[in-house]
Amino acid sequence: MNNIKLLLVDDEKAFLDTITKRLEKRELNVSAVYSGADALAELEKNKNLEVVILDVKMPGMDGIQTLTEIKKRFPLVEVIMLTGHATVESAIDGMKIGAFDYLMKPCDLDALVKKVEGAASKKREHEAKISEARIKEISERMV
Amino acid sequence: MEESSTERKAFYQILTRKIMVLILVVSFFPMVLTTGVLFYRFHLTYTEKIQAHISELVQKHTQNIDTFLLEKLGNIQYLARLYDSTSLTPQTFLQKHLKLLTNEYGDVFTDLGLVDDKGIQFAYEGPFKLENADYSTAEWFVTAKDKPFFISDVFVGLRGHPHFIIAVKIKTNGSYFILRSTINFGAFNSLVEGIQIGKTGVAFIINSKGQLQTKTSGAQDLSITFPAVDPAEYANESTLFAQDRDSSGKKYLSVTAMFKNIDWIMMFRQDIRDAFHDLWKTQLLTLGIFALGCGAILSVAFTLPRNIVRLISSADKKSEVMNKQVVESGKLATIGELAAGIAHEINNPVAIMVEEAGWIEDLLEEEDLKGAANLDEFKRALTQINTQGKRCKEITHKLLSFARKTDSTINDVQINDAIREIVSLTAQMARYNNVIIEEKLNEGLPYIRISPSELQQVILNLLNNAIDAMEKSGGIIIIETKISNLEKNHLVISIEDNGPGIPKDNLERIFDPFFTTKAVGKGTGLGLSICYGIIQKMGGKIDVHSQVGLGTKFRIWIPFQEGISEKTQNKNVTDLQGE
Repeated sequence: MNNIKLLLVDDEKAFLDTITKRLEKRELNVSAVYSGADALAELEKNKNLEVVILDVKMPGMDGIQTLTEIKKRFPLVEVIMLTGHATVESAIDGMKIGAFDYLMKPCDLDALVKKVEGAASKKREHEAKISEARIKEISERMV
Repeated sequence: MEESSTERKAFYQILTRKIMVLILVVSFFPMVLTTGVLFYRFHLTYTEKIQAHISELVQKHTQNIDTFLLEKLGNIQYLARLYDSTSLTPQTFLQKHLKLLTNEYGDVFTDLGLVDDKGIQFAYEGPFKLENADYSTAEWFVTAKDKPFFISDVFVGLRGHPHFIIAVKIKTNGSYFILRSTINFGAFNSLVEGIQIGKTGVAFIINSKGQLQTKTSGAQDLSITFPAVDPAEYANESTLFAQDRDSSGKKYLSVTAMFKNIDWIMMFRQDIRDAFHDLWKTQLLTLGIFALGCGAILSVAFTLPRNIVRLISSADKKSEVMNKQVVESGKLATIGELAAGIAHEINNPVAIMVEEAGWIEDLLEEEDLKGAANLDEFKRALTQINTQGKRCKEITHKLLSFARKTDSTINDVQINDAIREIVSLTAQMARYNNVIIEEKLNEGLPYIRISPSELQQVILNLLNNAIDAMEKSGGIIIIETKISNLEKNHLVISIEDNGPGIPKDNLERIFDPFFTTKAVGKGTGLGLSICYGIIQKMGGKIDVHSQVGLGTKFRIWIPFQEGISEKTQNKNVTDLQGE
């Protein structure tokens, strides 16, 4: 699967920059922001984003708050939580709210890519179903 | 530590002394006061009572004797009057009236006689032949001739045995006669002899010169004289009390009363010991009880404070240990939090390093370095960075998972998991000391409801101790879990090492708080005591076997609930069969 539009959210700039470069090298379309608020703004601006990788522990709006907001405003966007071990519980909470999966730092890049692909395909499938339903609805209306 | 313990000892000693003094003062003061007051009052009252009793007795008898004497005097006076006007001859007169008197009073009147003014008894009636006896020089005659009547002291006189005389003067035209009668000493004596109290209480009569007038049952005879008594002393009081000693040094209580009609004194004497026998008995009893009370107080005053202080000191010690435990667990919790924070903070940089290494790896693919001599080395180094990064991650994750659980929240715990976690944490340290930790964890053990972090604390402590013990030599630690054969419904965890072992002297004390064989500053001596406390709290027990040179084995039993155990035991059996 290629050309996945991915948004990375983490306050750790060094980590974010490197991982962005590495993911781009793997043909992912990556944008990166350093805070929850920026993430929401980015999502607003760029409706094509499919998957968000969200650090749980951030200053300001933390991962869970951001996740809640994302799910409210962009319900179709899939979110993967990124966490240090101490915040596994938060990751679990996040999945209850609707996150697709979680990853522990430091993470294996291949595992990350796999999860991102999983999330993207879920989203695409989801969207496909929705458009199918729409088409069905419209075609039925036509009848 | 040493200083505070001596300080504390001094404090306990002062406390003991204070309580002791308090008990002594509070108990002795009222007891002494009460006993003293009662003793004194009782003594006073009883003495008064006895004196009143004796006094009454003596007075009554004094009155009786007074009456007796008065009556006899009256008789003689009456006779004297009668004689004045009689026509009978003196002899017949006496004869007739002695007979009348004898009929009336028995043998009180021994004889009657008429004595003329020259002292010659010219008429006599009685058992003795005393006609014409000359009394002119007799003491009684000398006194009697100047008085209207006279009662003599007891004297031996002409007849050779004690008697006394009532004499009444009869005046006839310028001259006079004296009518005299001898009173039977025996009859008179019996009046006094009737007074007898206790064993030694006797009464007798003495005259004003202190001469005995009656016989006494004692050894005293009439010749004994008593100190002369001054009649003036009796002006106000009817009876007088005195205490004196006789020749043998015995103390006597003497009660004296004065007669009205004669200068005689009724004297009652009783041995003090006899008179106050009952009082003294009671007092002795009181003193006995008092002494017993003192003894009881003393024994209480000496034992109670010691016991109390012992209880206090053991309570102090316990609370001290508890405090230490609280501090210790608080410390552990703090260290846990700190570790968690550090681990978390390290995670991010490690993640970055790993990512950077990955990035270089990615870039290496792109660059045309196929010909470079060190390409393989680059790759190896990057892989190594990756591997070590992962190792860091593992360590921090373990730290975090341990730290996160340093609480006493009770959970259903699979002890094997808890033990594995701890073993992997200590594995590193063990390896440095050439110690191999061998796990023999039986699967299918029931879950137990305990605080996992507390159990881990115990296991960690035991493992660390074992590793410390084998620091120099290295060795093997075998950690085993199974369902106990000895205790019903218990799991047993045994941790066995083949280290130097624990000497027998120390073995008994290893669970004591502050007992440590480690160098000063190295060990608190609390580890095993905390373990012991934790296991106790879980309702389990811990024991230790050790042989010097062979090794040490700690065993921990922890109870589980029966229902779970059966299920898992069955499962365990089927598992084994399956294998």
